[in-house]
Amino acid sequence: MENMHTPVIEVKQVHKSFKTVHAVQGLNLTIGKGEFVALLGPNGAGKTTLVEMIEGIRHPDKGEIRIMGKTWKHHEDELRHLIGLSLQETRFTDKLRVYETLRLFASFFGLGKERVEEIIELVALEEKRKAFVGNLSGGQRQRLALGISLLNKPKVLLLDEPTTGLDPNARREIWAILRKLKEQAETSMILTTHYMEEAEQLCDYIIIVDHGKVLREGTLEQLLKGEEGEKVIEFSLKDGPETLPPTNGKIGEMQWNGMQRSGKVTVQDMNTQLPEFMEYLQQNRLHLQDMECRRTTLDDLFTTLTGRHLHE
Amino acid sequence: MNNRLSNHQLWQLTLSYSRELLREPGVLFWGIVFPILMSLGLGIAFTQKTDVVRKVAVIDASVDSTSIQHFLLTEAQANPEVAADSFRYSYTIPDKQMGNTTFLFRETDWKEAMVLLKRGQINVILTEQNGKPEYHFDPRNPDAQLTYIKLSGMLNGKVVNTPQDNGEIKPLTLAGTRYIDFLVPGLIAMNAMMSCMWGISYGIIDRRSKKLLRRMVATPMKKTNFLIAFITVRFVMNFIESALLVLVTWLVFGITIQGSIPGLLAIFMAGNLAFAGIAIFVSSHTANTEVGNGLINLVVMPMMVLSGIFFSYHNFPDWSIPVIQKLPLTMLADGIRGIFNEGLGMTDIALPFVILSAIGVFFFSLGLRFFKWH
Repeated sequence: MENMHTPVIEVKQVHKSFKTVHAVQGLNLTIGKGEFVALLGPNGAGKTTLVEMIEGIRHPDKGEIRIMGKTWKHHEDELRHLIGLSLQETRFTDKLRVYETLRLFASFFGLGKERVEEIIELVALEEKRKAFVGNLSGGQRQRLALGISLLNKPKVLLLDEPTTGLDPNARREIWAILRKLKEQAETSMILTTHYMEEAEQLCDYIIIVDHGKVLREGTLEQLLKGEEGEKVIEFSLKDGPETLPPTNGKIGEMQWNGMQRSGKVTVQDMNTQLPEFMEYLQQNRLHLQDMECRRTTLDDLFTTLTGRHLHE
Repeated sequence: MNNRLSNHQLWQLTLSYSRELLREPGVLFWGIVFPILMSLGLGIAFTQKTDVVRKVAVIDASVDSTSIQHFLLTEAQANPEVAADSFRYSYTIPDKQMGNTTFLFRETDWKEAMVLLKRGQINVILTEQNGKPEYHFDPRNPDAQLTYIKLSGMLNGKVVNTPQDNGEIKPLTLAGTRYIDFLVPGLIAMNAMMSCMWGISYGIIDRRSKKLLRRMVATPMKKTNFLIAFITVRFVMNFIESALLVLVTWLVFGITIQGSIPGLLAIFMAGNLAFAGIAIFVSSHTANTEVGNGLINLVVMPMMVLSGIFFSYHNFPDWSIPVIQKLPLTMLADGIRGIFNEGLGMTDIALPFVILSAIGVFFFSLGLRFFKWH
């Protein structure tokens, strides 16, 4: 990744193990000012462990982490002022109101009412300012958590699965807040997620991790332009057989799931290969139930790399 | 309020804990109303001398004409409204000073009498052998002993009545000698312990389990401010609870503080400090509220039983008393009791004050060393 200035976050050869698990195995990461980076991977990929090490909550067994050139060991106080974060699951005090909760956290940074008002507006909780935290919906709670992480206008924002478990609307509301932040280009962000859509929508750079290692990284375009075809035909067949007859090789690589009677073809050129595919079906007297042509996605890429889906 | 103070994290932390506490109706009930109700209930039960009822089972009284049956039929009153298989006969020994004693008799068989005895409804079983009454009771039960003494006296026709106001009995109704005087200081001490242990320990463990603790220390919040605010709110709360308890029992029972008020405040503070320290220590590591429950009970239960909150610990075996007296709750309860009832001053409570404070500081620093913030 190219950086115009000194990197905001530098992670070098970081390892972290727990009793039986190698959670993070030699990860490297460099993030510049204003960049939004997604750590994409299934549950248990090591995303949270990595983020918690960057947050200074855990210490790496090996390797080095620097934030704006500073380390947790020597500059903890300064770094606490620089970063904003939202943990995967935090339950704020139910019996405090939204305003009071923000006021409490603002006081930790020496900030007052003015900043709290700005945040309430930013995360669109004006109507809920007097509501008890215990009475908020999941989306409102996450907006509050995000608001708290933005109180100190952080140079580095670390969000651990900020939209997991939210409905699509609530998710989009969070995205809108983050896009606004991106426009200001003052904050660098790392976001962990297992929603590829989230990574695609918000981040300049995507790092796919699994079992504590980087599988692939790059911009969305770079990732999807690989040995992998650019388009995918997904189809299902009426009374489809257990196995399909072999293709003539012109169609592209075909995957078939006999149990679900559905399959996937990756194609380079839709104009020539789609008619070839239709002809193949006709020749073998196979009848389509359903068909969809689409771009390859990160999930396709992940499946190719690991044989699993992101959500598994 | 000026902005610098109201934006200060210590103030905001204190404010948020107070709000949390006051918004929990249960906290107010268990912290304030319940101890007052308990003191009223126990105070009334043990302070007002009402008639004493002693129930006795009589075996086979109806078989032939015995002296017991003679007594029941001639001396005692039979209540026709009460069923024959219940406590039908009664006999009252009037006594103005110690309260009347009423004996209730029930005719029954051995089997039934044993059941009644096991259930604690009676403590003496009366039979007759060769024209002489026999008394069956547990000789180690003082209450049964007293029933026996009074009952045998009555049946022998000797001590039917206590001498009427002959000046032999001088009732002690001085403040400081009644049960309520014993109870209220104990309740204050117990409240301090319970409130610190449950309020502070449970509060911290709960925050840890909700990952709130971890979220808070990921900011520039000072960890000491977090703990100071927690402890301060508890102290203030405990003080208000105790003050209300004293106020109500003063109004109702006229209890008084005979000793030094500054001394009382000092020992109260030291006791709170001791329990706050222990609470921090207990909650230093676990994030599991059920484990926390167990740990808190482990600390609280033995002291509740041993420290003489409701009844004097001098009933425990002699060898155990020096140990019991060194428990923090005993030290606090004895200190407060001494000031309330014996008129102790500052110098008298200096030693427990120092020991309790030291316990607090010791466990606080130990807890802080092991404290798991993440």
